[in-house]
Amino acid sequence: MTVLDVRDVTKVYGQGGTAVHALRGVSLAVERGDYLAIMGASGSGKSTLMNILGCLDVPTGGQYLLDGTDVGTLDDRRLAILRNRRIGFVFQSFNLIPRMSALANVELPLAYGGVKAADRRQRALAALDQVGLADRVDHEPNELSGGQQQRVAVARALVTAPALLLADEPTGNLDTRSTTDVLHVLDRLSASGRTIVLITHEDDVARHAKRVIRLVDGRIVEDRRTAPVDGPPPGLVGLR
Amino acid sequence: MIVEVVRFALRGLAANKLRSSLTTLGILIGVGAVIMLVAVGNGSSKQVQKNIERLGTNTLTVMPSTTRGGRGGGGAVARLFGGGGGRQQQQQTGPRTQARDLTVDDARALADAANAPSVKSVSPVVNASSSNAVYAGTSHAIQQFVGTYPAYFEASNDPVEQGTYFTADDVLNDRKVVVIGQTVAQDLFGTVDPVGKQITVGGVNFTVVGVLKTKGSSGFQDADDVAIAPLPAVQQSLTGYGALNQIVVQAKTPKTVDAAQSEVTDILDQRHDITGGNTADFQILNQASLQSAISSSSKTFTVLLGAVAAISLLVGGIGITNIMLVTVTERTREIGIRKAIGAPRGAILGQFLVEATVLSLLGGLLGVAAGVIGSQFKVVGVQPVIVPSSIALALGVSVAIGLFFGSYPANRAAKLRPIEALRHE
Repeated sequence: MTVLDVRDVTKVYGQGGTAVHALRGVSLAVERGDYLAIMGASGSGKSTLMNILGCLDVPTGGQYLLDGTDVGTLDDRRLAILRNRRIGFVFQSFNLIPRMSALANVELPLAYGGVKAADRRQRALAALDQVGLADRVDHEPNELSGGQQQRVAVARALVTAPALLLADEPTGNLDTRSTTDVLHVLDRLSASGRTIVLITHEDDVARHAKRVIRLVDGRIVEDRRTAPVDGPPPGLVGLR
Repeated sequence: MIVEVVRFALRGLAANKLRSSLTTLGILIGVGAVIMLVAVGNGSSKQVQKNIERLGTNTLTVMPSTTRGGRGGGGAVARLFGGGGGRQQQQQTGPRTQARDLTVDDARALADAANAPSVKSVSPVVNASSSNAVYAGTSHAIQQFVGTYPAYFEASNDPVEQGTYFTADDVLNDRKVVVIGQTVAQDLFGTVDPVGKQITVGGVNFTVVGVLKTKGSSGFQDADDVAIAPLPAVQQSLTGYGALNQIVVQAKTPKTVDAAQSEVTDILDQRHDITGGNTADFQILNQASLQSAISSSSKTFTVLLGAVAAISLLVGGIGITNIMLVTVTERTREIGIRKAIGAPRGAILGQFLVEATVLSLLGGLLGVAAGVIGSQFKVVGVQPVIVPSSIALALGVSVAIGLFFGSYPANRAAKLRPIEALRHE
């Protein structure tokens, strides 16, 4: 089943002579359970694509269906609900809310989703346990290492059980060891059937994905499948 | 969800304690000032009213008019208090034929139940000022030595504390009895019980039958430096049988004061041959209208004080807008994160509105406390009296200020587009 269906999406910033074409017609379909890496140099349009996939931005042209819903027809309120329930974000710079414990940060999307306090706590603890931070629940972001912060961010992204996990350069600010930790977490999530879209410019990171797309100047120039959709991710295969 | 939004708001406030408390201080000062200044205005008007009530209730004072044309002394008093409310029955123009004094006969005519049904009692009054009284070698100059009828005590609100009043019988029989004020009693007798003792005034012996309750000073005069004796006794020994200084008329109820005034005017006009073209030779001081004139002017005063305080409340509100704008700018990134993970617009709007409202409500509550505490102390000789509605109003306004002045920054936060907010450094 198709989770993401992007049809000839374009994005233009600015107008007239100074207009910048960030995306020049991108079409892409992602199956449930896939692990997709979008690669490209800086300025290739991968961040723009990511913003559109994450419903943070609207395309100038084309159509984007998430779980069968045409996102372009939704109003502000429905987009917020969509972001809350169907998408989990992991950002390069973690983007945890300062002065809130790891647990409170993970609970945040559930709070906006209207989940009851007890239920919320239980699910947040489970999510933190999944990323191996069960012993750090009461620490605030500034008391955690970069890798730990990013794992909290992953826990926050997956706590609502979204249809899609979007990770924008999740390892860009991390050292090698933390990178391994976070990628391992993503691998395991992929193995458990979660759909993941990863944006990166590092080949080492892209190697964990089952399918790699390369963007150049707002166009897809390469679409390569490295592992079957319903199989385990290559990162875990390599470990065995 | 709402609980969560409130919690986020409180967390946001707690994160910046100094800033929050300074903003609160702005509202605190505004609300406190409103409550306190309104209480001061109210207190001073209460004080003036009390002073007037001390002069007696439901009373009209008839005095001879000595001025030619124009308004008399009573009018001057009313003007002094910013009135124009004091109703002196006096024609403004026309020559005076012949001024007649107020006499005991005038007083008797006013007491006629058929012509003056609204009048309860009439007391003719003569005043001897600075009469020297002597008791056992001690002497004291009594500021006001009043000769009158027993009804005067009730009309002028002069209850006795010790002993009794003199009676109508004492008046009829020319008895030399006197009721003295507290100041006189203290000066002449000290710790001795004055009742039954004799004092000598102007060479005549008076027997003290009572001591008045203390009234306190009203303005320049010590209201307790007074002695009240039967009219004939005072006329005989001190003032002579000339004109009366005033006639104190008491109306039956507060509502009939005005009716009594017109009755008194009609009777005296007739007796003194005052017709349309003549200027009256008497004037009537109406306690009630004086009071309403003064209370209306002190109301203006209170409103003025309240307005000044309201400006400081407004400044406090602008302080909230300012601080909330800074907070929104500072937390743009946080807003972006919240929106990215699915915070609806209402939740962001609510969070910042609640922050602003909590600031102003907290400031309002503390301001009420400060205002109430401050009102316990005398301010430039005035004991403030809190107006309960001013507390409700100040609190309500402070909450409204939070909502109003917080809505602009909150709206700005809610309208932020998530990608731009996330890019914000």
